[in-house]
Parts: sequence; C-alpha cells; structure tokens
Amino acid sequence: MSSTSTISSTAFDVYAVRAEFPILSRTVHGDVPLVYLDNAATAQKPQCVIDSISRYYQYSNANVHRGGHALGAEATALYEDARATVASFLGAEPNEIIFTRGTTEGINLIAASWSQMVGDSLRGRNIVISGMEHHANIVPWQMVCERTGAELRVIDVRDDGTLDLNHARTIIDEATAFVSIVHVSNTLGVTNDVREICSLARAVGARSLVDGAQAVVHHATDMRHIGCDFYVFSGHKLYGPTGIGVVFGRADVLATMPPYQGGGAMISTVTFERSTYLDAPMRFEAGTPNMEGAIGLAEAIRWFKRIDPSALREHEASLAKRMHADLSSIDGLRILGPTESHVGIVSFVIDGIHANDLGVLLDEQGVAIRVGHHCTMPLMKRFGVSSTARASTAAYTTSEDLDAFSTALFRAIKLLR
Amino acid sequence: MLFLRHCFEPSNFFVDQHIMTIDQTIGDLQNEFASFPDWEERYSHIISMGKGLAPYNEEYRNDEFKVKGCQSQVWLHPSITDGTIHFEADSDALIVKGLVALLMRVYNERTPTEILNAPPDLVSRLGLDQHLSNNRANGLASMLKQIKLYALVYSMTRTT
Repeated sequence: MSSTSTISSTAFDVYAVRAEFPILSRTVHGDVPLVYLDNAATAQKPQCVIDSISRYYQYSNANVHRGGHALGAEATALYEDARATVASFLGAEPNEIIFTRGTTEGINLIAASWSQMVGDSLRGRNIVISGMEHHANIVPWQMVCERTGAELRVIDVRDDGTLDLNHARTIIDEATAFVSIVHVSNTLGVTNDVREICSLARAVGARSLVDGAQAVVHHATDMRHIGCDFYVFSGHKLYGPTGIGVVFGRADVLATMPPYQGGGAMISTVTFERSTYLDAPMRFEAGTPNMEGAIGLAEAIRWFKRIDPSALREHEASLAKRMHADLSSIDGLRILGPTESHVGIVSFVIDGIHANDLGVLLDEQGVAIRVGHHCTMPLMKRFGVSSTARASTAAYTTSEDLDAFSTALFRAIKLLR
Repeated sequence: MLFLRHCFEPSNFFVDQHIMTIDQTIGDLQNEFASFPDWEERYSHIISMGKGLAPYNEEYRNDEFKVKGCQSQVWLHPSITDGTIHFEADSDALIVKGLVALLMRVYNERTPTEILNAPPDLVSRLGLDQHLSNNRANGLASMLKQIKLYALVYSMTRTT
C-alpha cells in the first residue's frame, strides 16, 4: 500500500529540518528506530530551543519585573522580548499577550475572569461551544454554567466531521453571551471556519474565544483577520517548551476584566483594606512567571518563522494526503472526519480491532501514535466509538516515517486478526 | 537471566497443570515466554492465549466487576466452591485479554491461601515488565491486586 509518490522537497528540506531535532535520532526498546507520529500530543524541540533554555539559566536567570540589578533587567528584557515575539506572530500588540501554563489554563483564565465580570447577568443567557471540543474547552464552560445558570449550547458535528454552520447560525442568538470554538480539531484534524463563527458571535454582541492549540503550527494566525476576542494556545505543540502557553486578548476587552489569580507582580498597591491591580497583561500574571518557558517559546517561534510557510503547508498537505491514501486502502478501516485535509492529524478505527491493541503493537515497532479518546469523549460518542488511533505529523515528518508506519500497521493488523 | 531454564524440561511433560503449584505454573510460563525469539511471536502467543479464554458470562459484564486502573475495560468475576476460587475474566482489548488469560492460568482454581501466599514478582519473572509500557504494567498490577483482594475477602469470610 506504500504510495510511490515521494514528499516534495523543493524549497523545503525535511531532512535538514529533521537534523535540528536531536531526539528524533534515538531508538526505543533497545535498537528500534523511533518513528514519532504523536505530534498532536506534543511536538519535539529543535536544538536552538533546547539551547535557549540552557543559555537562559547559564547567563541570564533572575526574577523578572522586580529587582533593579543587571541580571534582573536582562531577564526582564528577554521575557518582554518574548512577549513581543509572540505578539508579532499573532499580529497583536504585546499588551494583548498573557503568558499561561498552556491552553487549558488560558481557557480557564478567560472563563473565570469573564464570568466574574458579567456575573449574575448570565442567567437566562447561553454559552456556545462545538461538538468537537477538547475537554479543556468544555469543562471550564460547564463550570461557568453551573455557577451562573447560563445554558451550554453545542454546535452539531456533521457526519463528515465538519461543523454544521447552519446549526451554529440557529443556536447563536440574541441570548448568546460567549462563543468558544476550536480552530483545528485535535481528534479529526478538521479546520473550522473560526472567522465566520467569530463574526456570528460579534453580530449578537457575544465574546468569542478560539482554541488554537492544534492550529498555530498549521495556519497563519492573524488575530485581526480571525476577528476573535481571545485566542489561546500552548508552546509545546509549536516546537516550544512545555508549561508555557499564551492567551491573546483584545486590549479593550482585557482592560475591562478582573484578575484571575491574586498575588505578586499583578498589583499596583496592596493594603489590608483593598488592593489595586496593574493593567493587562500583568494583571493576569500573578507570581513569578515561567521565564525560561516564554524565552524558549519565543525561540521556537523564531525557528518556526524561518520555514517558508507555503513550502511547509505543501509538505504537510502531501503527508496528510499520503496518510489518508495509505489508511483508506486498509480493509475495515474507517477514518473519522474529513478524508482530505492539509493538517496531518488522522484518527481511525479498524473493524474488530481495539485501538489500544494497535497502540501496543505499533509501539513495539518504534512507532509512537496516540490511542484513546483524545480528551474528546462527546465527539467519540458522536461517532459511536470509545477510542481511536491517531497519527499526527510535524514539519520533520518524512515519507520514510510514513513507510514505517504503514509497515508497522500491517504487521499489527495481521497479528490481531 | 530470567529465562535460563530449558523450555522443554522433560519433567514438565508429566505434570498435570491442575496439580502444579502457582510457583510451578509461573516457571512453566517463564519457559514458554523464553522460547519466543521476538516481540511478534511473544504477542502472537499472548493474543492466542486471550482468544482461548473461556467465554465471560454477560450477566457479570458490569461496573461491579470492572477492574479499576486499566486503560482497556477488564472484568473479573469470582466465585468459590469447596474452598477453591473460580474466576471468570474478560477484556475488550485482545492483548489485555491475553494478559488476563495468563493471570487466569496462574491464579484460577486456587485456594485463597495459595493466592495470598503466591510470590509477588510474577510480572518481572515473566520478563513482562521489560516489554510492557508503564500503563500496561500498571493495568496488570491492578488485575493482580483485584485477584488478591478477592482472595483476601474469601479467606476472611471462609465461604465454602
């Protein structure tokens, strides 16, 4: 079933990219070469990102926004430069960028702060999400609804794995206070028309958040073009460190929102009677932040921006096409979601074979994929499955990786049938 | 090394499995597993053991008999007759079902005392700890723990 077409390498040398990732040359289970196809869970890190973290601790570590000494000033400059790098990556201003631990914390931050601001006025109103959300974009809103009496509405997912925009137009109404939607589904690899959905939200005066955890590595992400109020993502899926994430919040919206957590670095004055807070983004960054995380993420973004976006897109689209073709040729295999996508995330189930068994036998052959519900239990239910196997590519994925995946998959299926 | 014993020790041919001790059965399995040259044969054997597991009574396929701590679904139902525990077990994943079958071969049709006094190092003696990921090794440990819990309860209630 191995397709004979090779991945185009014009203007994009995947082997040169790959050589920048030391972990990809290691073996597992003794001497089995690693084939890493779990990039939607987390991407590996190029040497320059690893070096930037180590350099920070070797030369520049000090707490930021505090002491007047030289190291403190240098660390603060690096940290704020990182914020500016993220801002420019998103087409935003630095004061619109809040550093968090990751996407999950970002959504929780917005859900908690925004709902505190609008308070009791949410009773009788609704919050809209979609049927393909990650649990991180379901549970925080359920918690808001439980606390405030708001209603949670869910945009239907169609059989082909795309969102039913007509249904979105029906359920986003005058009573809608917030719309929170995933940009690229971590399970299906489908890209949603978030620009359209944000415009539906805007039309009824609702706030909008886009979960960009999977999207930032695949799409140009211009906040003004998308037209969202908030956009969140994690550093670790963008070749950056783990434990660092980003909230973009429109400056005029953030200015009206109360703090998420209280503590040091977010206050203007503190007395025992009351405290006053700094403006955004500092207001939302209580405590010592993840400094090496922010600096590592900025390095990852600089690294990522050196790759020609259209060449990368072509590379990933051809990998996705090849995966779809290879998988579709297997008897009894069903791909969930669209069978055509330029995003290299493919979820599948095979008749009579448990995804966990596939995961075990692929792992024995050095192939790392994800099996399970992918933190999207309602979506699993929608498609009548309890778990799927998911393979996901990255900029460094080669056609040889996909050859190895196909071979390993065939051997696994043979054993299990 | 774990697998030094020859896999076709003549004495094994004359030992009836029902009267083998837990220790002997584990030794038997050790020999079996030592004979596989690669992961494919090892898993092929585990899978065929799973396929050979006695059918599970649908009446017991519920949360009460589900083993907690496993990634796949595992059910384990105990009963006791004349001081011997009879387990029925199943899993929805084939490899896990094979591991369940392996545990059944060691622990099924034993007295509570035999189970409670059994050596605790089954997983490492079979070399499975080197071949199972943490999650799967933990799942196996959860099943083993559940088997021992049932044995403990029976040993305390002295049900016949």
